[in-house]
Parts: sequence; C-alpha cells; structure tokens
Amino acid sequence: MRDLRPGFKLRERHWRGPAAEHRRVSPGLVATLVLASLTLMTLDHAGGSDSPLEPARRAVGEIFGPAETATSAAVRPFTAVPDWFRSKDSMQQDLLDLQAENSQLKSQVAKQDYDRNRLEEYDGLTAAAHQIGYSLVPARVVGLGAAQSFSQTVTIDAGTDAGIHPDLTVINNDGLVGRVLRVTRTTATVLLIVDSDSTVGGRVGRSMEVGFLHGRGVIGGDGRLDLELVDQTAVPAKNDTVVTWGSEAGGPYVSGVPVGRVTSVYSSLRESSQRAVVEPFVDFGALDLVGVVVPSGTTSDRAVIEADGSLG
Amino acid sequence: MNTLRGLAAAAAVAVALVLQVSLFPHLAWDGIVPNLCLLVVVAAGLARGPQLGTVLGFAAGVALDLAPPADHVAGRWALALLVVGYVAGRVRQDARPSVGTVVATVAASSFVGTSIYALTGLVLQDHALGTGDLLQVILVGVLWDLLLTPLVLPPVMAMFRHLQPDRTLA
Repeated sequence: MRDLRPGFKLRERHWRGPAAEHRRVSPGLVATLVLASLTLMTLDHAGGSDSPLEPARRAVGEIFGPAETATSAAVRPFTAVPDWFRSKDSMQQDLLDLQAENSQLKSQVAKQDYDRNRLEEYDGLTAAAHQIGYSLVPARVVGLGAAQSFSQTVTIDAGTDAGIHPDLTVINNDGLVGRVLRVTRTTATVLLIVDSDSTVGGRVGRSMEVGFLHGRGVIGGDGRLDLELVDQTAVPAKNDTVVTWGSEAGGPYVSGVPVGRVTSVYSSLRESSQRAVVEPFVDFGALDLVGVVVPSGTTSDRAVIEADGSLG
Repeated sequence: MNTLRGLAAAAAVAVALVLQVSLFPHLAWDGIVPNLCLLVVVAAGLARGPQLGTVLGFAAGVALDLAPPADHVAGRWALALLVVGYVAGRVRQDARPSVGTVVATVAASSFVGTSIYALTGLVLQDHALGTGDLLQVILVGVLWDLLLTPLVLPPVMAMFRHLQPDRTLA
C-alpha cells in the first residue's frame, strides 16, 4: 500500500504521527507473526499438560508472580474502603444476607448424612485416617484471570517454596475452590471448579450417589455446576449437599470437601441420565484467603495449619 | 534509543498486565475486566502505525498467554492482539486522530480482538463457552474498554509519540 495522500507533509508538522517508514508494514512481518501465533497454538494444544511451553509459562510466572503479589498487597487496604461507608440500608441488607447464609448453613448440616453414611461404610475408618493426614497451607488470591479469556483461573501467593505442587486441592472456609495447575517458586495457578474444563468427582451427601460436576465457565451470579450422576435411576433432591468423592491417590481432589447444594434437577432424555444444577458454596467473585491441602509434615515457608487445628 | 523505546513499550505492557490481573478484579463485573493490554496495543498502533502495533500486539499477546493465571492454549491472545495492532495502525494517519476516531477504534479493536480470541477457542475446543455467554462477555468487555479509554489512551499515546525518534524534515 503506497501512501500518496496529498498535503501529507504539510500536516505532518502539526501531528507527530507515525514516521513514513512506519506507516507501511511489510507483509512478511505480519505473516511471520501470524505463523508464530499459529505455531504456538499448535505446540501448546498438541502438547497438552506436557506442552513444550510449560517452561516458558513457568519462567514468565517467576517474573509476573511476585509483581502480582506486590500489587495485590498494595491494593488490599483500598479494597476495604467501601466497607467504611456503610449506610443503614446496607446494614439491613447485610442482615438479610446473614439470615440467608444462616439458612444455607442449616442446609449444609446435610453433610451430617454424608458423614453418618461414611461411618457405616466399611472403608470409613481408612478414609477417616486418610483425611486426618492432611494439613493446609494458607495463601491469598493475588490475581484473577479476565473473563475475556474464558478460563476461570486465579493466582495464589504460595508456590514451591511453600511446599505446593500441581494437582493439590484448594479449599476455603466455604468449600471446594479448585486444584493447583502449575507452580512457580512463589506463586501457583489454580483452576476453579466453575471453569468449563473442570471436572470434579462428586457425591450426593444424602444418597451417597456418585457423579461428575462440570463447570459452566461463568464466574458471577450464574456460577453454577452441572452434576451428572452415574446411576441414571438416582434422583438427587433439592437442597442436597454435594461433597467431593476423592480420587484413589488422594489427588487432585481429596474426599469429603463440601462443594455446593443442589438447586434444581432435570432429566435428560437424550443422554439417559439425571442432571442436577449445583450452586457452589464458594463465592468465586470474592475469593481471598484459601488453603491448599498438603500432606501432613510438608515443609513450608509459612505456618501450616495442621489437621488438629494447631499451627505447624 | 531503540532499546529504550523497546523497554518503555515492554514496561507499558507489563504494567497493564499486572493491573489487569491484580487490581481490576476488585472492580470487575462478573469477572469481566477492562483489557488494558489491548488498550496499550491500540494506543501504539494509533500513535505509531501498523509496524509497531503488530509487533507490540504479538508481544503483549504472548505475555497474556503465558503470565499466570493464564491457562488457555498459548498463542490465542498473540494472534488476536497482533490483528488489533495492525488494524489500529491502519486507521487514518495523516492527521491527529479525533476523539471520535480513537473511541471508535477502541470499540472496534476490543470487539474484534476478543472475538478472534473466542473463535480460536471454539476451533481448538479450549475453554469453550456458549454463544450467548460469549457475546455477553465480549460486549461488556467493549463497554469496559471504552470506559477506560479517556484515562489510558491519551497518556500512552503521548508516551509512544514522545519516544518516536526525532524526524523533523530538514
């Protein structure tokens, strides 16, 4: 493309626009960069979890991780500012919220059913012993992936130094948050359970039926999970609590962590299975303090919360 | 001088990326934040033409693809942002872009950039979402980017113009 506009030189003195040599771009450069992007995609897509780009991700993470941690720490005092300007109306709203939360907690007591059932199972003892063997590494969320990237992931400020490695379970006060995807020295990337690529083995607390929870890829008010039960005759009831089922090796998800509560049930004729919509207990829009489940006795750069509640 | 310009451009992208990941989620609507990296690329394209726009778009895209907490297939933002940089660079350059031109370029770039990113996701089956959700995210993203335009574009464009080698015609 030639630039032959008349009067160009006259106006140029007023507008320090692109220099003439920058106005054109060589088609070769554009083609090279497009091919480079496509190559990156191919390499990363074909590589899966052993992608040749993982070392690059880690290297970039080593630089950006601490920057995110520092920014988040600098911002934290200001995010609390809106709380200082609470009006009576918002206090009343809080009261309503707390009442709602109270009723939600009552429904969470449904987990008792799960625990009782668990004890009745002959594997109850080993499972309990297994569960006691875990500790928590506390961490804060310092970065949240943009929704424009359509993947629901967060950065936490604990990495290999804190004893964290991929495929560990991440929880918070309310329930299951996600699992660790990859780590750097000081940070880790966590895949949230609401991500569309996330699948969690779930168990309905009351009936002990097992199934799979798939994220919908939406984080806000519609942040729901779809529960698909393995046994097509089983029908979960509304308000049933769903907990993690747990994998054989204890990873990536440990068993018995509350995930959410069933809000509606529908049967899919085409796929001949029962599906339920599960509302997660965790508010993914306001994640802050989380805990990473690590084996007891893990050496860490911070105080580890042991299974008995003590700090180790 | 060339290194200095490169460093300044890289610093602008790095600051944009960190703010986008660590500050704006506190203000986000349903997790949708202004795409500051895209705004920096648009500013570079408008101020300095398609050459820098394309190269910086690719670099900023690779950074977005690799920096935590990204988990999508790498190269997707690189492709989207290099197109954005190219398009913004092709906008009429013989006069200072008017406010209307800048706003229209940002809106178009935001829409095109996020759409290309979403389309590659559909092709690669990577974190695929329904069309309704996709469209909602893209449109809210455009609004966010427009909202931040008056704050981000003027200083960043001024920076890129300032860094241009002196080319007074003798």
